[in-house]
Amino acid sequence: MVSLPSPIVVDPMRPRPFRVARVMRETADVVTLELEAQTGPPLRFQPGQFTMLYVFGVGEVPISISGDPQKPERLVHTIRKVGAVTEALCNLRKGAVVGVRGPFGSHWPLEQARGHDVVMVAGGIGLPPLRPAIYHLLHHRQDYGRVYLLYGARTPRDLLFPEELKRWQYTLSHAPGATPVRVTVDRAEGDWDGAVGLVTSLIAPLTIDPSRTTALMVGPEVMMRFTIAELRKRGIPEENLYLSMERNMKCAVGFCGHCQLGPHFVCRDGPVLAFPQVRDWMTRKEV
Amino acid sequence: MSKAGLEHYLNEHPFFRGLRPKDLAWLAELAEPLECEVGDYLYREGEESRDFYLIQEGLVRLEIHAPGQGDLVIQTVGPGDVLGWSVMIPETRKTFSARIFQATRLLAFDAASVRARAEQDHHFGYELCKRFSRVIGERLQATRLRLLDLYGQPS
Repeated sequence: MVSLPSPIVVDPMRPRPFRVARVMRETADVVTLELEAQTGPPLRFQPGQFTMLYVFGVGEVPISISGDPQKPERLVHTIRKVGAVTEALCNLRKGAVVGVRGPFGSHWPLEQARGHDVVMVAGGIGLPPLRPAIYHLLHHRQDYGRVYLLYGARTPRDLLFPEELKRWQYTLSHAPGATPVRVTVDRAEGDWDGAVGLVTSLIAPLTIDPSRTTALMVGPEVMMRFTIAELRKRGIPEENLYLSMERNMKCAVGFCGHCQLGPHFVCRDGPVLAFPQVRDWMTRKEV
Repeated sequence: MSKAGLEHYLNEHPFFRGLRPKDLAWLAELAEPLECEVGDYLYREGEESRDFYLIQEGLVRLEIHAPGQGDLVIQTVGPGDVLGWSVMIPETRKTFSARIFQATRLLAFDAASVRARAEQDHHFGYELCKRFSRVIGERLQATRLRLLDLYGQPS
């Protein structure tokens, strides 16, 4: 009898150690961590996926990956300080070790969107989960039509990745003079020279082919509901609207049920879901 | 833009779309194209509401002056936006200033003429009120959402 080698089984519940290779303070309460695997291969991921980050002795949280999928050797997360674990993550220094599980979940439908115009709408800390999709679009710019990034923040001080936003204004452009990156803030401060108002106000003036447009959005759920209404007014079909949903993800593999949203487990079936999948569940309480 | 072109342009705009052809023709006749430079004021806080505007290009800031704090920006309006819904209320004074922030092209509509026509022709008046109500509703909704401070720290 020939004995076959045992298949390598990766336990999705077991964190892998990653070392913090770089820490970048983005704003007063947001930090970007670049992590490197201490053992094993780099962690390959699809734009829109998340990992579970474990601060030993403190706890574990789901965080979207915000780096370039073509550069998996550095696993990048952008984290906002909102609780004990995220505060501990934001306080990590270069050389610290964290546990990483994943990547988990669904991803942005970038293959389906080929040939389409792409409208990305981000609010607040919603920009980092879209950044891998932006990198993908930049790597394959010729495969897509017009690309827009609409970004709303609380104040100019809260804007993430300001230098990249400036670069993307040119690199995402489909034609000379186009302004693919459009930013608005709720409250103008200092020498802010851009728009003031809701991110939804940036949708009406876009030049798009609605029937061949895919929209990707991340942000507070209330913001996404109003964004969907504006995108629908522009005639974009429901099935072309995708959201990254956030629920109380714990196990990340669809076992525990903490992140259940109607018939979906957000950790397993999401976080990226098509609007028709969640339409009937978004406005229900306690789901 | 010719009057016929302007009529077509108005009919394509979501605010005017669906008005009767004779109303569109009248509005096209009334519309005064304006080009404004950065820093110009369309109107200032406290002035009587004389016109309403359809922004075609550029960016306009709605501001209010607060002593010791300077001009506070409430909102910006840009291409496609209708500005000046208060013209439908006679003898209203502007509560904010509208200052040009990026070179702006717009159409101005004389408020007194619009109100007079609305008084004479209630169908036209009602259609216009419905459209301004939508603008007011959208502004109110946007204000409420900003009051929620959605991007702030969750409580």
